[in-house]
Amino acid sequence: MTRHEKIEVRSSDDVVKVRQRVRALAVEAGFSLVDQTKIITAASELARNTVNYGGGGHAIVSLVKSNGRTGLRLVFEDRGPGITDIELAMQDGYSTGAGLGLGLSGSRRLMHEFEIDSAPGQGTKVTVTRWR
Amino acid sequence: MSTKSNLPGLVRRYEKEIFKDWMKEQLADFSLRADLISETELRGQSAQFLETFREALEADGPASIKGRSWDELRTSLEEISKSRARLGFSPSETATFVFSLKQPLFALVQKEYESDPKVLSAELWTINLLIDKLGIFTMECFHKGREEVIKRQQDEMLELSTPVVKIWDQILALPLIGTLDSARTQVVMESLLQEIVQTSSMVAIIDITGVPMVDTLVAQHLIKTVSAARLMGAECIISGIRPQIAQTMVHLGVTFSDIATKATLADAIRSAFAAVGCRVVRREK
Repeated sequence: MTRHEKIEVRSSDDVVKVRQRVRALAVEAGFSLVDQTKIITAASELARNTVNYGGGGHAIVSLVKSNGRTGLRLVFEDRGPGITDIELAMQDGYSTGAGLGLGLSGSRRLMHEFEIDSAPGQGTKVTVTRWR
Repeated sequence: MSTKSNLPGLVRRYEKEIFKDWMKEQLADFSLRADLISETELRGQSAQFLETFREALEADGPASIKGRSWDELRTSLEEISKSRARLGFSPSETATFVFSLKQPLFALVQKEYESDPKVLSAELWTINLLIDKLGIFTMECFHKGREEVIKRQQDEMLELSTPVVKIWDQILALPLIGTLDSARTQVVMESLLQEIVQTSSMVAIIDITGVPMVDTLVAQHLIKTVSAARLMGAECIISGIRPQIAQTMVHLGVTFSDIATKATLADAIRSAFAAVGCRVVRREK
């Protein structure tokens, strides 16, 4: 059973849509209420980054299975300016915008797996997974 | 098209027949929604439309519908499609109003130029282009009408979802429900600050029991609201942070460190009473 959905992420309305779809899949996968909230919050942060800093892109939400475990994997990809210093961007409180600077680092703490792939001018791809 | 179209003259001569055919076409079609519009109303609309159509044709010809003579027709089409959007017509039902005029016009031209295929095809083409333009215009208006409906509902929701409640002298409560996207939070912030001034309140309780998720943006909005209230001399208490939200906020790294928070609205009210010097006592039996 692998299900995955692609969602366009271009405006703040799309962020709402991402949250709703992620919630539906998290419920379907049988995550606890706390886990659901963590996943939805991470999805919200990353989707907003895609809109605000990546200039829009898309999200792929999928249910994955590995070694008998079920997980929810979110991929956010944009073709924006990319991140020059990933280590700096991952620090708590660092933001090039007007936010709190906790979106990326916070999402890493909310999920089990976190992978970021970005280079200046190459766009950004963030993949996160939470296992049940 | 080099030759001048005879359409204006034809429409003038046969207006009655066209109207009759057109009505037959519309009434036979699914587009008549007897539940949404009465036949009398439809007849009135159609007659007025045809009259304006004829006038515009005579003044400006069928080449374009952008000219000034077409203004009146465009306005009335706009009204018709917007009212249909509000009444709940589907897009195709609305478009059919204009497109169903093709049939009677085609029939008329066909009869008139049976013997001259060249003129016939030229006139048919003219009608085709003209009605298509009007049809597209109708759809654009219909869409605008729908968008207005959606916008109005959004505005209504914005206001509905942000009631500031006076709990006691100098104590306000703001029960928040739903996700706090930025547009709504703006309204929340404004109405709360406004109410604080009007009631000269000292304590404002922001209850987020009905908020399903607090991410960094929502947290930032809350923190800003609290700071603004503080600048105006009112303290805020945030209540109703549910267990799953509390755990998520901790992992996210968001802290409400210098803001008073309570688990429930009841706790918040108790501490607000204390802040304004009230005490709730149970009556002795």
